[in-house]
Amino acid sequence: MEVLTPTTLDEALEMLATTSAGDKALRPVAGGTDLLVSWHDQRKDGMRLLDLSRLHGQLNALQLADDQLELGAMASYWDVISSPQVAQAFPLLAQAARQVGAIQIQTRGTWAGNIDNGSPAADGVPVLMAYDATVVLQSRAGTAEVPLDQYYTGYRRTVRRPDQLIVAIRVPRRPRELEWFHKVGARRAQAITKVGVAVVKDVRGWRIVANSVAPVVCRCRALERTLDGGRKFQDPAEIRQILAADISPIDDIRSTARYRGTVLSRLLYYWLLENLP
Amino acid sequence: MDKFELSFTLNGESVTHSVPLDARLLDVLRRDCGCTGTKEGCGEGECGACTVLLDGLPVNSCLVPAFQVQGCDIVTVESVAASVVDVLNRTGTAQCGACTPGIVMSIRWLMQHPQIARQIDLRELMAGNLCRCTGYDSIIAGVKQALKTAGEKR
Repeated sequence: MEVLTPTTLDEALEMLATTSAGDKALRPVAGGTDLLVSWHDQRKDGMRLLDLSRLHGQLNALQLADDQLELGAMASYWDVISSPQVAQAFPLLAQAARQVGAIQIQTRGTWAGNIDNGSPAADGVPVLMAYDATVVLQSRAGTAEVPLDQYYTGYRRTVRRPDQLIVAIRVPRRPRELEWFHKVGARRAQAITKVGVAVVKDVRGWRIVANSVAPVVCRCRALERTLDGGRKFQDPAEIRQILAADISPIDDIRSTARYRGTVLSRLLYYWLLENLP
Repeated sequence: MDKFELSFTLNGESVTHSVPLDARLLDVLRRDCGCTGTKEGCGEGECGACTVLLDGLPVNSCLVPAFQVQGCDIVTVESVAASVVDVLNRTGTAQCGACTPGIVMSIRWLMQHPQIARQIDLRELMAGNLCRCTGYDSIIAGVKQALKTAGEKR
């Protein structure tokens, strides 16, 4: 096992510049709340870690401006929860953050780590995606900005090259008409999502993002287009039919495809009934 | 497994230990520091029995790699005043005691940040500490009483 500990961002990028792809790649570690689960059951041979903890002071800032919020790569769920300004400007971020694990996880887990870990059940990703977040990647070769809804290429696969590091997440600030986040889990805390959804309606239209219903956290674009077109629904089955183009839930240890599809449709149907005049 | 020199502050004192590169903070506390008050209940960040304060924030020490603790400030249950424990004894907050160190650390943190305890529901704030015995009501009673006592001390 190898651990590299850069003390500056430049040093980190230097270390990543010479890394290879695949199993030997240098893995950035921020809070480590997923990596460290059942740690001593894991094989450490050949594990190469890039410890980002020394960069905390450089990368943890929340910068809220009139036109956008910038979350530093080391910004944690708790950083957002405990910032009244950010929580007020982006209520879904604070709501989602409060439903990740429990406080002991929220103080360590980072939004960037949640994004790059690429779990289809990631709770930070739907709300960021619904808010049209952009991921800022840096490497020795330069900077790249990738809209979060283009960040995933497949199950736990992202566009991030091994030499790149997420340095920030940018979220545009726009007046919103509607916003909503709902997580279904086995418990009210310390639960991995069975079905989750984040909805935003603003001047650009609808964003409906679901987690745990596909190999990646995804926008339900067919449903968004239908709603952009002004469609109203008579029952959840109609929504389920449209969602067939957007989601591909599976049976797994946590839930079933049928439960996920049915519950997501019902959540959306009843929320739309209540919130759309 | 290679070892490295880890120096940090533990309950106000500077300590240094040579620990394996893959040690968790929980391992260092229990094995190297002899502070066995912090417990391993699950090893997966679910039960909170391993709760400590890291740079002033509650964390699951089973999920913190020791290599990230260099120069950090760690507070464990060994530092909690007897007066706090007395309050919790009277509210019946502990039964078997397995969850208690983690519960006490979470309560300790809330006592230091009463404004947080006023803004967020106590059951939500304590949701990271699982208990199999009490049914949680006597834990919440303990939190409330401890906060009241802390408030009175100001």
